[in-house]
Amino acid sequence: MIELLVKDRCTQCNVCVTVCPSNVFDAVPGGFPVIARQSDCQTCYMCEMYCAADALFVGSDCDNPEPVEEAAVIASGQLGRIRRDSGWDEWAADPRYQNQMWYMGEVFKRARSFE
Amino acid sequence: MLSLETDVLIIGGGMAAAWAAIAAAREGASVALVDKGYVGTSGVTATAGPGHWFVPPVAEKRAAAVAQRQAIAFGLGEPDWMERIIAQTYDTLPTLAPFYQFCVNDAGETVYGAVRGPEYMRALRQKVECLGVRILDHSPALELLRHADGSIAGAAGHRRQAGEDYTIRAGGVVLATGGCAFYSRLLGSQTNTGDGYLMAAEAGASLSGMEFSSHYTIAPAFSTMARGMSYAYATYYGADKKPLDLPKQAGRNRALARAMLEGPVYCDLGLMPQDIRDRLPTISPNVLPPFERRGINPFTDKFPVTLLAEGTIRGMGGIKVEDADCQTAVPGLYAAGDAASRERVTGAISGGGSINSAWALSSGTWAGRAAARRARALGIGQGRVEALGQAGLRPRRPAALDAMEVIKIARNEAIHYDRNYFRTEQKLNRSLGLLDGLWQTITGGLHGEGANVVRAREAAAITATARWSFTAALHRRESRGMHARIDFPAMNPAFAQRQVLSGIERIHSSFAEIAAEQELVA
Repeated sequence: MIELLVKDRCTQCNVCVTVCPSNVFDAVPGGFPVIARQSDCQTCYMCEMYCAADALFVGSDCDNPEPVEEAAVIASGQLGRIRRDSGWDEWAADPRYQNQMWYMGEVFKRARSFE
Repeated sequence: MLSLETDVLIIGGGMAAAWAAIAAAREGASVALVDKGYVGTSGVTATAGPGHWFVPPVAEKRAAAVAQRQAIAFGLGEPDWMERIIAQTYDTLPTLAPFYQFCVNDAGETVYGAVRGPEYMRALRQKVECLGVRILDHSPALELLRHADGSIAGAAGHRRQAGEDYTIRAGGVVLATGGCAFYSRLLGSQTNTGDGYLMAAEAGASLSGMEFSSHYTIAPAFSTMARGMSYAYATYYGADKKPLDLPKQAGRNRALARAMLEGPVYCDLGLMPQDIRDRLPTISPNVLPPFERRGINPFTDKFPVTLLAEGTIRGMGGIKVEDADCQTAVPGLYAAGDAASRERVTGAISGGGSINSAWALSSGTWAGRAAARRARALGIGQGRVEALGQAGLRPRRPAALDAMEVIKIARNEAIHYDRNYFRTEQKLNRSLGLLDGLWQTITGGLHGEGANVVRAREAAAITATARWSFTAALHRRESRGMHARIDFPAMNPAFAQRQVLSGIERIHSSFAEIAAEQELVA
């Protein structure tokens, strides 16, 4: 579930409010968006992908809140990781993060060959 | 209150809805699209890797692809529909190129069939916007509207961020609301609550194949992450952490379900070769983070796993489409994607990602185009309309019921492995007894004000879908494909037919010959 919005990074663009398919966030005029309905979070990580400021952190547990410490989350290197590995925004031209989705077929093929 | 008129109204915001909007707009129609969430992130395509059935137009290759599929369709596939979706997908998917950067493989060839969900849905949104479609995000439809002549006139819904209701009149309406995963926690499925089935049934449409709703996908027990690829390299362990002896392919999940009924099951992905581990984040960027955030190394640690119910998402039941345009039995109402029954192209087993995606693209395209042509021919239609929503909207006597509690009861019944993988008449009757009681509670009193009305309708739709699924499972007194009856373990040739359901309060089941339907395509 969504656990954290890092205010030092948040630009108040409210893209999270817009893109969350479960309507978890509320915009606050002149302020940071808030996680208004955490229990509605479907743990899909889409908000992280769309947050160009890497200010959002979704925990691993999809059923229960797991409070986290902001400093630990920042130190973990997880903020923005999915967006980076997806090659979005500033990572688009980086050869390390090109979309390798086509390889999925090969992955299945290789698994069958050693069974 | 927002009131709009448009030639075509698309209800839903996943890939089928987007392709329907594109097809309708390309016909020159004015198009509005309403989604419960946000077009781009809503639904199960956005979080997945939706490979598409992509076969070049070489007669032998296409014939072989169809023959291969028909051979595993358990007598319920229709080759001409398979050919149609292969052709439509091959012609249409590459048209997304201005918005989507298709992969290039190690040999330097463009690979169209394999797309990544978030980028695909982002691209579809961009294309839909470029074509001038009016998108209303966070605006779930709640009910259909009907003309006096019985044709569909539009829909009404609620804009949950704007805090207002809306009414949209349209000459053609496409239901592309996705399947129903019963709030199972399946990745990306929480908005997929069977809303379209309920709306269609209230309008008088039939459902087909609802018994084929017992597919599950393996995932870490704490997580939504139902991405199957890595589990091709899984080793599973019982409660004693000793390896389980499981069938390799078919039947593995069933065997896992049996083991899970006895105790916890663990897994590691240690068999995955190092080069694939290294490449994994750029194949499926969302797979590893849930492990890492929990301090689990999935290649060396044994982590607990669960089976997440796919309902009619990888199952194939849905609204019965009556003709090649994907029109339902109700004039002016079309169904596409997981909202429509997919039996014709998958038969009695799951289509997996690739056939399901090809179906969503194709049925969306056909439905959108046909809805546009209908609107052009007949106009939007004026005069008084009837609002058709009942359960969760217009109870007999409004009562203070918690919709989320209703959902939990229906969910627990609908997603249980024991009820679905090991079906028996006794278990199905027991579940139906409970769900019938819940349905009475819903129609008796459940309702909601403002945004809560959305949850009340979800509760009604989930419960209705569970009742349809179990009723269909009860009447198919045989085992076929994913539908497995312990009390009728063999396939019975007499049941090589579609099961069609109609009705909500009282559900009527009938079986129809498949050959009779095939003439419709010709």
